[in-house]
Amino acid sequence: MTIETAQPDTANIARRAEPQPAPKPMFRSRVKSRSQWLWLLAVVVAVSLPWLFFNWSTGRHSGFVLIMLSEIGLMTIFALSFNMQMGQSGLLSFGHAILFGLGAYCTAHALNSVKAGNLWVPTELVPLVGGLSGLMFGAFFGFIATKQRATAFAMITLGLGELVAAAALMFTGFFGGEGGISTNRVTGVSLLGASYSASWQVYYLIVVWTLISTVLMRLQTETPLGRLANATRDNFERAEFIGYDPRMVRFYQYVLSGFFAGVAGALYAILYEIVTFDTVSAPKSATALLATYIGGVGGFYGPILGTILIVLLQSGVSLLSNAWLLYVGVLFVVMVMFAPNGILGLIAMHGPIARSGRIAALIGPYLRVLLPGLTAVATFVLLVEMASFVTIGAEQGKSFKLGGILHIDPFTVLPWMAATAVFAIAAVWLRLEARAFGRVWDELSEEAKRLGQTP
Amino acid sequence: MEVFLVSLLNGLVYGMLLFMLASGLTLIFSMMGVLNFAHASAYMLGAYFAYTISLFIGFWLALIIAPLICGLIGAAIEMWGLRRVHKNGHIAELLFTFGLALIIEKVVQMTWGLIAVPYRVPALLDFPLFTLYGTNFPAYRAFMLAISALMFGAIWLALTRTRIGLIVQASLTYPEMVSALGHNVPRVFTLVFAGGTALAGLAGVIGGNYHTTEPSMAFTMGPIVFVVVVFGGLGSLIGCFIASLFMGLIQTFAVVFDYSLADLLRQFGLTVTSSTPFAEVLTVPLPRIGALLPYVLLVLILLVRPRGLLGTRDT
Repeated sequence: MTIETAQPDTANIARRAEPQPAPKPMFRSRVKSRSQWLWLLAVVVAVSLPWLFFNWSTGRHSGFVLIMLSEIGLMTIFALSFNMQMGQSGLLSFGHAILFGLGAYCTAHALNSVKAGNLWVPTELVPLVGGLSGLMFGAFFGFIATKQRATAFAMITLGLGELVAAAALMFTGFFGGEGGISTNRVTGVSLLGASYSASWQVYYLIVVWTLISTVLMRLQTETPLGRLANATRDNFERAEFIGYDPRMVRFYQYVLSGFFAGVAGALYAILYEIVTFDTVSAPKSATALLATYIGGVGGFYGPILGTILIVLLQSGVSLLSNAWLLYVGVLFVVMVMFAPNGILGLIAMHGPIARSGRIAALIGPYLRVLLPGLTAVATFVLLVEMASFVTIGAEQGKSFKLGGILHIDPFTVLPWMAATAVFAIAAVWLRLEARAFGRVWDELSEEAKRLGQTP
Repeated sequence: MEVFLVSLLNGLVYGMLLFMLASGLTLIFSMMGVLNFAHASAYMLGAYFAYTISLFIGFWLALIIAPLICGLIGAAIEMWGLRRVHKNGHIAELLFTFGLALIIEKVVQMTWGLIAVPYRVPALLDFPLFTLYGTNFPAYRAFMLAISALMFGAIWLALTRTRIGLIVQASLTYPEMVSALGHNVPRVFTLVFAGGTALAGLAGVIGGNYHTTEPSMAFTMGPIVFVVVVFGGLGSLIGCFIASLFMGLIQTFAVVFDYSLADLLRQFGLTVTSSTPFAEVLTVPLPRIGALLPYVLLVLILLVRPRGLLGTRDT
């Protein structure tokens, strides 16, 4: 940076001739203060959200909502720790859950020792146990995996993931076999005097740890190590040439991400009080991958959005539908194909247009896309649900009702033909509208570009 | 001796089945750089298609039709899916196939149900071919061996003796140069992808009734096929062949020998009791570790020799 300003090149001279755009530092501080407000808002929402579902007549919290929110919290840490590898260091891991799961297992054993009186750890600090064991296992597995990068790294982590998952079923002493390790979070050892028998206490513990972990991980991206991780991701040869060892950067990044995955695992053990083979298995790793990618790997906050969406789908839709994994898969493929930077990328794309003050011009086109879009989604869901009813649901003795009123018999041809026809029409319509939308979008972004050059 | 011979034959059968899956994947991976997670899904689809077709028009036609359908699906995936994603880089392509694998598993569950379907060996081949030290060797295994050997020969001839094969071979190592010479590399990609998927489908047709045809078969087979491809090395069909047979034999032999590390230590006069450190690790019998061995080998080879056995470039 200093070199570039010291030796002005032709482009710099040319730019100097033109009127200068808005001074950079001021703009940056505005963004900074806005993001601080977002942090505060997130904390307020996290603290107050359970009270929205509080049942005032019985004086009880909604258990379902509390567990779902707790799950969002710990999975946020897990997905962010995954993004420390994937988004920041360009390391695609297929076995990230082993760090999560091993942290959870160690925590379960630690809690049991505390209960038995062999160990003194207050429940508030138990996540540190998981974190440290994640750190330790991260150092061990990271030593092996970070020798390679890119696809070879992905393959090694896949192998390690399968190894640990198989070992979890094989060695019953530590992993407890199929039944897993049961534990009890009410150890009676606490700094604050809380018993953690009620799930709202656990929820606030998770909120605090999620906040601490998120802040730490956010700050970590600003450290020299975080910056070097970006450098080795983008051009590892150049980073090596400057004199840094990309392997060590990858290793430290892996180990640190292991720490946070371990914290998430520990919170899992505290929340569910049982740790089974699922926590180290491939589907858990896949969840982190899906959440991170759907949210957006480019920025820091993407995985948080992705996690919220995935957990809501997981706990909300899985109650309603047998096919929720199919929806996640379709959403994932659509994101990879059309929005490779995730939800956060989609939002960021609106930035230039919003700054040019023309965002209102997009409302009309959006509404026009919305109608065929919703129709296509609704008919797709209907088709999937009918198919899953025919093969799975009917055996469970359910009947197929739309909105609780309209009774449909998926064993006849008519609903299938009608749904397919509507879906096809909506798809073609959506395509046309999407093209019209694209034209408006291009126009507006051209305009934003022109405005950006001459304010 | 008898255990050895029987295991050798079974290992060969399994290894050749692995090769049918891995050969397509190795071509796709080497040419396009796409680690295709949906490859094992094609294997599963092949088995399910064959099951459904054999219900109506018999196994022998299914043997031809099911792989063809899989090939068409593969071509469609390449033309309308992968090609779009290609501009976003290899990771996006890999994730795309990962999502596809999820979708295919779910669709299979929704179409054919959650439990295994009764896809059986055709009656014509359901007899013991010969008896080896009192153990029957089913004719169907010999048939599997014959089909996969035939396929190996066919791929080999197609790659070395035909014009398109030469272009494919050249695209394995120098895709840009081949494109610069005026060949339609994207079409070659589609062809290879479709061919690889069809081969995986064929493996599913003959493997589905040998193992079981169930929705989880893709996710149990998938990682092992990756191991074979990476172990054999990129851009090398021979390496892939050796790796397939090796993995097949290792996994079959591991099941037979009921030894553990404790037995090995006993040879040196060390006895392992429950109080010895790592007693649980030492006393695990080999058959239980059998399924793990491919992954151990995968991690080892990537550490020592990242290009695999006979690979021409690093993974």
